[in-house]
Amino acid sequence: MMNARHLDDDDEGAQVIRLATAHQEESGGSGGSGGSREQSPLERGLASGLAFLRRRLAGEYEVDEFGFDPEFNSTLLMPAARALYEHWFRVELSGLENVPEGGALLVANHSGTVPLDALMLSVALHDNADRCLRLLGADLVYQIPVFGHLARKAGHTLACKEDAARLLSKGELVGVFPEGFKGVGKPFADRYKLQRFGRGGFVGTALRAGVPIIPCAIVGAEEIYPKIADLRPLARLLGLPYFPITPTFPLLGLGGLVPLPSKWVIQFGAPMTLDDYGADAADDPMTVFEITDHVRENIQHMLYEALLRRGPAFL
Amino acid sequence: MPTAAARVVLVTGVSRFLGARVANALQADPGIERVIGVDTVPPAESLGRTEFVRVDIRTPGIAKIIASAGVDTVVHLNLVTSSSAPRAKVKELNVIGTMQLLAACQRSPDMRKLVVRSSAAVYGSSPMDPAVFTERDEPVEAPKSGYAKDAVEVEGYVRGLMRRRSDLTVSVLRFANFLGPGVDSPLTRYLHLPVVPTVLGFDPRLQFVHEDDGIEVLRRTTVEDHPGCFNVAGDGVLLLSQALRRAGRPYLPVPSPSISVLGDMGRRFAGLTGFSPELLRWLTYGRVIDTGALERELSWHPKYSSEAAFADFAAAQGLGHSRLTHLLGRA
Repeated sequence: MMNARHLDDDDEGAQVIRLATAHQEESGGSGGSGGSREQSPLERGLASGLAFLRRRLAGEYEVDEFGFDPEFNSTLLMPAARALYEHWFRVELSGLENVPEGGALLVANHSGTVPLDALMLSVALHDNADRCLRLLGADLVYQIPVFGHLARKAGHTLACKEDAARLLSKGELVGVFPEGFKGVGKPFADRYKLQRFGRGGFVGTALRAGVPIIPCAIVGAEEIYPKIADLRPLARLLGLPYFPITPTFPLLGLGGLVPLPSKWVIQFGAPMTLDDYGADAADDPMTVFEITDHVRENIQHMLYEALLRRGPAFL
Repeated sequence: MPTAAARVVLVTGVSRFLGARVANALQADPGIERVIGVDTVPPAESLGRTEFVRVDIRTPGIAKIIASAGVDTVVHLNLVTSSSAPRAKVKELNVIGTMQLLAACQRSPDMRKLVVRSSAAVYGSSPMDPAVFTERDEPVEAPKSGYAKDAVEVEGYVRGLMRRRSDLTVSVLRFANFLGPGVDSPLTRYLHLPVVPTVLGFDPRLQFVHEDDGIEVLRRTTVEDHPGCFNVAGDGVLLLSQALRRAGRPYLPVPSPSISVLGDMGRRFAGLTGFSPELLRWLTYGRVIDTGALERELSWHPKYSSEAAFADFAAAQGLGHSRLTHLLGRA
């Protein structure tokens, strides 16, 4: 503003003055309601930061029965992931209008050796649809120290039909990766080829809960850690589903943990409503298999489409 | 002709905190003619009009009392959850005691109702279970040790009795951890450690039931008919880290093997209770139970949420926010 005053005669000067009065009105308004003296943005930031710190240290926040801590998620986890989302992977979203207001089951492909796609999908929905995605994860996640409770604090839970049904009945947006470890740990050569969709448990869950299935294709995660080999004996020793060798890991040591900066596209498809099926369809394996295949084909098709639209992987 | 309402009530474990409080609540009910309290040790305080009989429920003496007094309602609160006594003795008290008691109940023609205090520990604690247990859910891994296993066995014997005496009204109540001003349990002793060790890398979801709510549930199931198995807990969930922060307790995350070593050392050299394997699992993975069935059955809602129960406990013990948060509060 000091500089602006010197440019009084310029057109821009008027603009700056207008902004200044607007700022005064704004702070005057808040001063009237709050009865406090004018605070600089820095002071306000500091005060809210201290208040946050105090709440955290005093334990004055709420978690739900799954251990979801919305404040922790929005204030600490999401901003960290958002940096990766916006600047590293430059995620492009489409079909956001297909995500409904109430309960729905989001079904996506899984890839990338390290499940960063789950994190990016959460950021996409948190920032753009104002929804907290509740993912269903493998039990391995909840056995790993730190990782397990962070997953719970971010709102995710174990992949089992009881938890899925409970979340959907509360109108939550539940996400699943039916490929599981087969998808996330597949070799680079098999990229963008959907693996088998588990046992179709997610279809039964959607049928019982009476919610639509939202197909979702995630393009870009395949290139972040191209898995070119798998050290099976070591994986077995560590109790892991696979031990990946990528062009940079373990060659570059910790540096190999930095994901390659691929360009991402996340696309949500039209909701697949299951209203035409009766209540007992969930107990009819043939119907469940048919719907599972249908969802799988749909996502595979979306994947090819999004892949074409993205073009080169790293530009 | 015996009526459905309880007239002669027998309370086991009456010399301990929960038994004494329940006996107290029941004797205030004018509809109940006699309240008989049994335990192996005399009660610390006067029980009012409750008649105390010193008998070990592991002996057939319990059958004589039930037969001679014409007991129609048994409130079985004898489950010992503390790990301070030798494990073999606790197991005998819990399991053999229950077997003798149930045998006596089966024999008695006056018996109408049985209320059993069980524990949510029957669900175990594991990372492979659903986040929230309803009464119908079976845990992936059944508890393999400690009082949790005793509780599973006790429930098994109760089911056996139900099959043989289908005329009985049987309520099995699976309580979350009790907390409140008067509770002394492995959990409260854990929270009082000078520096509370937590399991590194884990932050379990915990639930508590306030003593007043627990006693009210036991009273209602005794004077009214509510057959079935019910979870009992306060609403909501607290994370262990959150609870410790609210109580202003300093805590230190340590790897789980060293916690058991610390616990062992505490037991041997400092007269502490140590960490039983089931307590350690609970402090690692936590456990949450669904209380919807109980609330529908009793048309009643617990007065204290898990949060409020913990706050009441912390306030009564003079625990509160740490100096650091006070400092930040002023800023």
